Amino acid sequence: MASEPSVDVDRAGGVPLVSMRGIVKRFGDFTANDGIDLDIRAGEIHALLGENGAGKSTLVKILYGLLQPSAGEILWSGRPVVLASPVAARSLGIGMVFQHFSLFENLTVAENIAAAMDQGLSLGAIAARVKEIGERYGLQLDPGRPVWTLSAGERQRIEIVRCLMQDPRLLVLDEPTSVLTPQEAERLFETLESLRDQGTAILYISHRLEEVRRLCTQATILRLGRKVGTVDPRSVSARQLAAMMVGAEVGEVRADAGPAGAPVLSVRDLSLPPASVHGIALRDVALEVRAGEIVGIAGIAGNGQSELFGALSGERPANAASTIVIDGVPVGLQGVNARRALGAAFVAEERLGHGAVPAHALSDNIVLTRHAEPGISRLGFLLPAAAKALAERVRTAFDVRAGRGDPAAATLSGGNLQKFVVGREMTRQPRLLVVNQPTWGVDAAAAALIRQALVDGAKAGAAILVISQDLDELFEISGRIAVIHDGRLSAPRPAGELTREAIGLLMGGSGEGAHAH
Amino acid sequence: MTLAEAVLLTVITASTPLLIAAIGELLAERAGVLNLGVEGMMAVGAACAFAAAVSLDSTLGGFVAGAGAGMALSLVFAFAVLGVAANQVASGLALTILGLGLSGVIGAPFVGARRDPIAHLSLPGLTDLPFIGRPLFGQDPIVYLSFALAAAMAWFLFRTRGGLTLRAIGEDHASAHALGLPVLKARFLAILFGGACAGLAGAYLSLVYTRFWSPGMTGGRGWIALALVVFAAWRPGRALAGAYLFGLATVLQLHAQAGAIRLPSQLLSAMPYLVTILALVILAARDRRSTGAPASLGIPFVPDR
Repeated sequence: MASEPSVDVDRAGGVPLVSMRGIVKRFGDFTANDGIDLDIRAGEIHALLGENGAGKSTLVKILYGLLQPSAGEILWSGRPVVLASPVAARSLGIGMVFQHFSLFENLTVAENIAAAMDQGLSLGAIAARVKEIGERYGLQLDPGRPVWTLSAGERQRIEIVRCLMQDPRLLVLDEPTSVLTPQEAERLFETLESLRDQGTAILYISHRLEEVRRLCTQATILRLGRKVGTVDPRSVSARQLAAMMVGAEVGEVRADAGPAGAPVLSVRDLSLPPASVHGIALRDVALEVRAGEIVGIAGIAGNGQSELFGALSGERPANAASTIVIDGVPVGLQGVNARRALGAAFVAEERLGHGAVPAHALSDNIVLTRHAEPGISRLGFLLPAAAKALAERVRTAFDVRAGRGDPAAATLSGGNLQKFVVGREMTRQPRLLVVNQPTWGVDAAAAALIRQALVDGAKAGAAILVISQDLDELFEISGRIAVIHDGRLSAPRPAGELTREAIGLLMGGSGEGAHAH
Repeated sequence: MTLAEAVLLTVITASTPLLIAAIGELLAERAGVLNLGVEGMMAVGAACAFAAAVSLDSTLGGFVAGAGAGMALSLVFAFAVLGVAANQVASGLALTILGLGLSGVIGAPFVGARRDPIAHLSLPGLTDLPFIGRPLFGQDPIVYLSFALAAAMAWFLFRTRGGLTLRAIGEDHASAHALGLPVLKARFLAILFGGACAGLAGAYLSLVYTRFWSPGMTGGRGWIALALVVFAAWRPGRALAGAYLFGLATVLQLHAQAGAIRLPSQLLSAMPYLVTILALVILAARDRRSTGAPASLGIPFVPDR
């Protein structure tokens, strides 16, 4: 390496551990990264901020050798390097903790770690090092357990331990707290701080601005594939950071709920065995949602949320008809259409594949849940013009930005499709709305619009049940909050009386009233 | 020679091709590739092996040609499912049809030819032992090879780093790719190995089992091998047990048909299938989790650029 690269040396001193210079990545016509510069120093926790689609994941994949940049260069301690593969990245000392864990469900913890080790080690030697690292950083793991038996927090521990096994000089974490309870997140922060103090550089990707302000001393903000700037996140407010990410001020949701009316949804003694080997059983779930109120259900993913949603929507019949009552009618054994006929509406978690058929046009997707309404069909024949008109109304009412005409659902961005799916149900003016993860993976502006629509729906008299992993969201819009853990639901309590800590304890399966009946 | 000994010897000959084909398919499926073309690759292996053995007057040459032909045919499959990420079920079915057709063309000039029996192991003293002598110490080399293959496969999958990598790729190719494991390379090699095994199994049929070639002589054994992999829960040891159970049931029902048992012959012909499925289902039911197929089985993998 004869060429002497020019490296910016700023007041913080020293050559950055890694410098990405003018990184460009194109996928066909689409430019995911457009001339991005990023410097990360040893002993620094550097945040990478941006909305979905801002180009964070692409940039990080380039840094980990999973993608090759179309242009630009990467300097490692001032020397240009080519990261041809994750193996090359790891051999330099780059470790990566993935958002959607790169783990193998049916392999054990030790096997999962061995699969990512570039030097051969016996499973016994790996187990010993797992124990040693676990004691040093408080990351306890049982090397012999298969991954499918572990919680999300434990799974993340595997990813982190896997990186620490190779003594990384740069650790990249992609949205690490999105699956953790507040207490687990706090322990993660302590681990990261101790790594930082030992001189490890950390690139921390998150959209949780308070976390970033607590943990990071530098933050680089991306928007639409371009770098907006690098700031010290402690010197600006969370609102200012959000404005840099979105490019405009994000409106606040007004959540002044009116008085709640009569119960619309009553759930009692709802128990269901798991639907699959890796599923969760519902145990004695009890819940009431009244007209005009929003009830939130918090919980870590995989604690029975999708099972509860399936039981409420009628995808799986409940244990008895009387366990689910809508407007006084026992519907526990009825299908989804009978429940819709009573004025209920459902928004599933997976918008592509569950909430909408990806390859079908928006107007066809309208028909999926609204086929029973008058005006959509006549004598059993669809009226395509009516479906198109309805799709158009939803698009206008919910500001759904999509291609011209009647595009396929898969062509919409995540936020726009979610607005469409929520709008499809909200424009029916349902008596009851059950929505699972309403703003998961949705940009801030779309999330604000969806939350406002839910609040407005409750004000108009609908009973709304929101299942969400986002505690901030639940506190923002719900009147009462319950927590689901291992298939059990805690008794809902007014949001004003709850603290994040209390909910965090319930999410982890401890805390008072954990198993209400 | 007692009747029991004679039955045992035929069981070994009937089971060996199933075992070899199943071990090959097992590796491909552990890597996440469902190759339904086993029957076709076996047929081509049988025809090419017989043609080569007769033309070269070499049984060894026949086996090499059979394995090579199975591997060559699997290359077509590998191109389709890895190169252009085609549907694995459709590609595998097409491979079977192609293989059966090709085998007819290749084998036609050799109808009526016969091969001499293959040389068997002969250890003075041991081979002459009563009852166990011939089954244990008097077999042909391919039988010993098939056992070695099953043992080597178990060792490779569960005791080596390469085996762990392969299983990880079959479990979740997206995670494997994210960690930098060579998804397409591993699958390519697994497909080629599966093809070679199917071709070898076919060669055993035409060179040892029948010692002549006739159209359609594989008679669905490729499909049996595929089913064995599933019911064996993707474990080499169970595949071995399943192959021998099927071989045993096949031979016993033949004797039953020849004997005095008053059951419709169609029902007796179905017995091996019923017995094998039943036994492996019972085995699998006792151990629920291990019935899980490799989670990425049959799903095409397309890396992003």
